[in-house]
Amino acid sequence: MGSLKEATTRDDESGFMATRVNELINWGRKNSLWPMPLGLSCCGIELMAMIGPKFDIARFGAEAARFSPRQCDVMIVAGTLTWKMAAAARTIYDQMPDPKWVIAMGVCSSSGGMYDSYAVVQGVDSILPVDIYVPGCPPRPDALIDAIMKLQRKIERENPIRRVLEGPQELDESGTGRLDVPANSMVETHRMGTYKTDSGLRKDQYTGRSREKN
Amino acid sequence: MAALKHMLSLGWDEVRETQDRDSMPTLTVALERLHEALEVLKRDCGFETVTLVTAIDHSPSEPRFELIHQLLSIQNNDRLRLRCALRGDHPNAPTCTDLWPGAAYMERECWDMFGIRFDGHENLRRLLMPEAYGHHPLRKEFPHQGIEPDRLYREWERERIQRAEAKTSQEGAGL
Ligand code: SF4
Repeated sequence: MGSLKEATTRDDESGFMATRVNELINWGRKNSLWPMPLGLSCCGIELMAMIGPKFDIARFGAEAARFSPRQCDVMIVAGTLTWKMAAAARTIYDQMPDPKWVIAMGVCSSSGGMYDSYAVVQGVDSILPVDIYVPGCPPRPDALIDAIMKLQRKIERENPIRRVLEGPQELDESGTGRLDVPANSMVETHRMGTYKTDSGLRKDQYTGRSREKN
Repeated sequence: MAALKHMLSLGWDEVRETQDRDSMPTLTVALERLHEALEVLKRDCGFETVTLVTAIDHSPSEPRFELIHQLLSIQNNDRLRLRCALRGDHPNAPTCTDLWPGAAYMERECWDMFGIRFDGHENLRRLLMPEAYGHHPLRKEFPHQGIEPDRLYREWERERIQRAEAKTSQEGAGL
């Protein structure tokens, strides 16, 4: 997308610019990510550091951490998710309005980490569709900022206008995928966030790309 | 040890002093008189606080479980450990929440982790694991990666999807 500054400071002061709707929407979305801080344990401290003035995530437009899922775009799972907590985490995710993304921060939420145990979810991707994984125990705030930037790059490639044209009727109420996908097991997570076209092709809910190969 | 002397003077012949490696004074009592012993220690020997209620699984030997109470006396700067053997795989023990209400959480954890029931506990629910979880993780036979750790979540998930489906079909019928 052409820069807004360029458009508004042109000599004729017309304030007019041409762009594609997808790019305009994506530009708005990626620069106003409101995180849902799911700070479950030690990683939460680094998450707070990232939001604070020293690392200052406001430079990337993602500093407005909200504690109501209804106002959030990106869920940052920062910490050890236990099975007892898993249902609550899933409920919070379902309550977030579309479009939404998930960052798994730290090895605990990425893979269970050192807690190879009966109480801990071995990777939040067994209950949520994860967009970005951040390694580290805990990751430095820089690493999380890098994750936010990677997520922005991912959002740039999405195709939001498709949902306007085709309608979300194939999605369930939470927008997370088809209802005919029963359990979110490790094998089936890649199907979440997808929809099925009339020809039976499974496509990504955001990018519109085929996800069948997974 | 003052506490032991006092108990012997009250005629507790079966109380034994044992030597633990950490040199904390330790008494062994029988299960039948455990609650009585705790009461005496609180009333006469100044142990105002219970700092720990836990258990040890000695499986496969019998008696299988050993219940541990650790007491603290602030006025005498004294600590005491009480050991009590429990027989069987699903033992019961008397609660000490009537003496120290703060022991409630520790007894709940003990029930959750070892499956030891505390008679007289007012709210003996699991502390860390989900209430419907059918196993006791700190028992020796429990595998450390757990027995179907995700079962309850999957059930919840299935119900959630069923509810959502029922809702959509209802809306579909209403149209
Ligand atoms: S990854 Fe490390 S720092 Fe983060 S929650 Fe797990 S144990 Fe704590």
